[in-house]
Amino acid sequence: MRERPFFHPEWGAGWYGGKAMATATRRGRIFRNLNAKIAALPMIFTTLVVFVGGTLWTVFYSFTDSKLLPRERFVGFDQYERLWGSSLWVTSIQNIMFFGAMSLVFTIVMGFVLAALMDQKIRFEDTFRTIMLYPFALSFVVTGLVWQWILNPDLGIQHVVREMGWTTFNFDPMNNPDTVLYGLLIAGLWQGTGFTMVLMLSGLRGIDEDIWKAVKVDGIPTWKAYLFVIIPMMRPVFITVLVLAAAGIIRLYDLVVAQTSGGPGISSQVPAMYVYRYMFSAQNLGQGFAASTMMLLSVLIVLIPWAYLEFGGKKRG
Amino acid sequence: MASVSTNIAANAASAAARGPKPRRTFSSRNIMLYGTLMIMSLYYLLPLWVMMMTSLKGMPEIRLGNIFAPPVEITFEPWVKAWSTACTGLNCDGLSRGFWNSVQITVPSVIISIIVASVNGYALVNWKFKGSEVFFTILIFGSFIPYQIMLYPMVILLRELGLYGSLGGLVLVHTIFGMPILTLLFRNYFSSLPEELFKAARVDGAGFWGIYLRIMLPMSLPMFVVALILQVTGIWNDFLFGVVFTKPEIYPMTVQLNNIVNSVQGVKEYNVNMAATMLTGLVPLFIYFASGKLFVRGIAAGAVKG
Amino acid sequence: MKNWKLMSALLVSAALPSSAFAVDLEVTHWWTSGGEAAAVAELAKAFDATGDKWVDGAIAGGGDTARPVMISRITGGDPMAMTQFNHGQQALELVEAGLMLDLTDVAEAEGWKDKIFPPGLLESCTVDGKIYCAPVNIHSPEWLWLSNKVYEDIGIPVPQNWNEFVASAPQVEAAGKIPLALGNQPWQSNLAFGALTVAVAGLDVWKKVNIDKDMAVAAGPEMAAVFTAAADARKLAAKSTVQDWNQATNLVITDEAAGQIMGDWAQGEFQVAGEVAGKDYTCLPGMGLNAYLSTGGDAFYFPKLDDPEKEAAQKRLAALMVSPEVQVAFNLKKGSLPIRGDVDLSAANDCMKKGLEILASGNVMPAGDQLWSPDVQTQLGDMQGEFWKTDMSAEDAHKKYVEILTSGL
Repeated sequence: MRERPFFHPEWGAGWYGGKAMATATRRGRIFRNLNAKIAALPMIFTTLVVFVGGTLWTVFYSFTDSKLLPRERFVGFDQYERLWGSSLWVTSIQNIMFFGAMSLVFTIVMGFVLAALMDQKIRFEDTFRTIMLYPFALSFVVTGLVWQWILNPDLGIQHVVREMGWTTFNFDPMNNPDTVLYGLLIAGLWQGTGFTMVLMLSGLRGIDEDIWKAVKVDGIPTWKAYLFVIIPMMRPVFITVLVLAAAGIIRLYDLVVAQTSGGPGISSQVPAMYVYRYMFSAQNLGQGFAASTMMLLSVLIVLIPWAYLEFGGKKRG
Repeated sequence: MASVSTNIAANAASAAARGPKPRRTFSSRNIMLYGTLMIMSLYYLLPLWVMMMTSLKGMPEIRLGNIFAPPVEITFEPWVKAWSTACTGLNCDGLSRGFWNSVQITVPSVIISIIVASVNGYALVNWKFKGSEVFFTILIFGSFIPYQIMLYPMVILLRELGLYGSLGGLVLVHTIFGMPILTLLFRNYFSSLPEELFKAARVDGAGFWGIYLRIMLPMSLPMFVVALILQVTGIWNDFLFGVVFTKPEIYPMTVQLNNIVNSVQGVKEYNVNMAATMLTGLVPLFIYFASGKLFVRGIAAGAVKG
Repeated sequence: MKNWKLMSALLVSAALPSSAFAVDLEVTHWWTSGGEAAAVAELAKAFDATGDKWVDGAIAGGGDTARPVMISRITGGDPMAMTQFNHGQQALELVEAGLMLDLTDVAEAEGWKDKIFPPGLLESCTVDGKIYCAPVNIHSPEWLWLSNKVYEDIGIPVPQNWNEFVASAPQVEAAGKIPLALGNQPWQSNLAFGALTVAVAGLDVWKKVNIDKDMAVAAGPEMAAVFTAAADARKLAAKSTVQDWNQATNLVITDEAAGQIMGDWAQGEFQVAGEVAGKDYTCLPGMGLNAYLSTGGDAFYFPKLDDPEKEAAQKRLAALMVSPEVQVAFNLKKGSLPIRGDVDLSAANDCMKKGLEILASGNVMPAGDQLWSPDVQTQLGDMQGEFWKTDMSAEDAHKKYVEILTSGL
């Protein structure tokens, strides 16, 4: 232990270093929490070099006409002009917005409803939970393949129902440009809602017993209690769910590649596919980087206000 | 101190159902409740059932039959083939080759990424320094970046570090990309621990590592289980990094799976594909089934407290 | 062992010394299916027989999955010893960046210039007068594959060209069959469009657009007619719901669909299914209208390694790829055409022979990959994918087509 055992009223008052730092000397500032800083070096490296560095690098080269290898031949906003003139990109954006909205709503509603059902002192809770959670252990590639198969009109559900005698039965979401996103949604929700349910369930279990007693005494109907009392109390859980789900949606790639490869036509293309496709298949790094930059920008627009509220605005204890 | 820690553990463990007390056993209510859960279970189980049944059928039966029906004639050949004889290019030793590679990749990646992330979380909560929250915010931002976008910068970074193509390089990549979510989880968990614990240890003269090793580590077992499960699943299932940052001798199992499943010519052997899929998923599935309760407890303790 | 090494030194090339040590060379490619793997096995067998060792690094999922991996590894500084690319511009920048091994001395020692036919193949390996790749096969995409049984059942003769095929489509549809099988992936639509261009507009127009890059012709009425024809063709494919090209081929094999526009690699599927060319299925090169084939295909590149021993082995391998024995063994398994005219392919089947004849007559044209950058090719694929699978109008598609080509000038 390099740190000397000593007592100092300042950190006694506020146990995070920020307050103590205010009065520390310059020399003390650098060496204060030295071990903590050393320990945080991997994080600092990751954030500065990989995330910030990589992002700046990407933005920088999005203004060039780099093809297969990065090169510093600047073309201004040409890549961005081409990007927004591309119907593939515009379709990708529309798809991800539609899929994202549907996915967020369904993830949260399904996750919460399932959690609320699981919280009714049911029998076989462990079994049900395992059943709902196990898809989370499987990769998106596997998820996409299995659902592609189940939704295949010649092999899967449609075929089976027709064989049972209902010959006009039609269930073929994957081959219709208007419904293919629902096909993806079915698979995506299958994989992820179990985890959301567990998060929500543990949130529900964290609600104080007294709250329920009070609700009961006041004679508030259960659904109202959930809607107006419990859900507002579970704000942190909802935020965690929202962050995880949103991160997953923006990163959506493997599932689409495995399940539809973006088709039929371009009707299930997503931005991450566009980026990858133009960076490598088309060997147009500049275009791929411009698309990446737009994706990063949209992440920032969503994230900065939230991060400000969560971490910047108030001091948590 | 001991009493405090047992309290915490008890809190985390007491994840009993605390919803609205069930009134009398309304049968219609129960039918609704269990009915809904059953139907949802069907949705979740259907793919597993299909994978299982298909992997036990012969190809003729698959072509004729219905994918939901159990096999008329059970055969384990697809499993044997997927494990030991399915070909990837010229290497006809199935998934078995990738299995040990995956283990070699997953074990160090999981251990290192969890250590790094837990120390991050601990430092972020208990040893805040100037800018620590800024780093954390950027880190969270990083969890939103699609991996495909970071691929090129990572290639350059690893090239400059001289780690490209080595196991160490891949471990570094997994550590970096696992860091955001894990750090978030550990940070939340540690900030839910009573600060008196930390203060008392500080008064007793314990330093940064002392507190981490003697207090934080033993108390955060549920969180480590969560991190372990998330990382094992994520790293085991990873395809992109495994294929880009390694070479054939150390290709993980998922790359072999992709090769078996994505062969573009010839007859698609659905039964072998499904068997291969299930074999690849066995490790994460096993970990889920084995530690399901601990996982839920850990989530309850860490992920939820914002 | 000693004998093998001795033999290899004699067999491969006397001009290249230092084959005294066995060297492991890692080879990456995207040939992972049954027929392809069998073809690769021929290459590996031949290389192993020289005393060196072929370390196979197959990556499945097609070029779009494999190429990013290859490019990343080459730029990441941990390259393989040999890697597959398609003929053309895919590896151009890697060559220009000095990351690829110069094979000119091998090519000269082996006389590639006189032997490789058509010469365009070697030209696409040449950058600034130096040769950087070894072509291994020729694949042509302009084939129409037909199920004989579908037509027998309806009682009409099997169409002999694209126009007859279109004319017969209503009867096929009336019989409850899909006239045209077409997978959902964009590149398949692009391939069908390319074949239609040659069939409908003719070779001259194709050449003016793609070789002379005459944008006035690209925007002209001939190409407009191709788009109209494609808009009609997509109606024939409306009921085709499969993803992969081989699943589409399977529709023809199982007589669910009457025909498919696909490259010569489709015959591997017919072979595997035990069908006989001429009896069970009919193949029409150049869509039965123009006996012309484009000569795309695969080539191997050799990234620079800082190891003279490995470099020597790479050069031995390059020479081996083009050698007549390897060419025959490999291409018979692969179903593709050899890159030299002086080899004996009497074992080839009917369809392959048709291809060989066209090749021998010199009626060849370069493939899209050789003429346009991957960027243009990708954009065309995306555009065609959208056009064939939606109700995008022929005029809009045509306009976009010209825009994309113009951007690639």
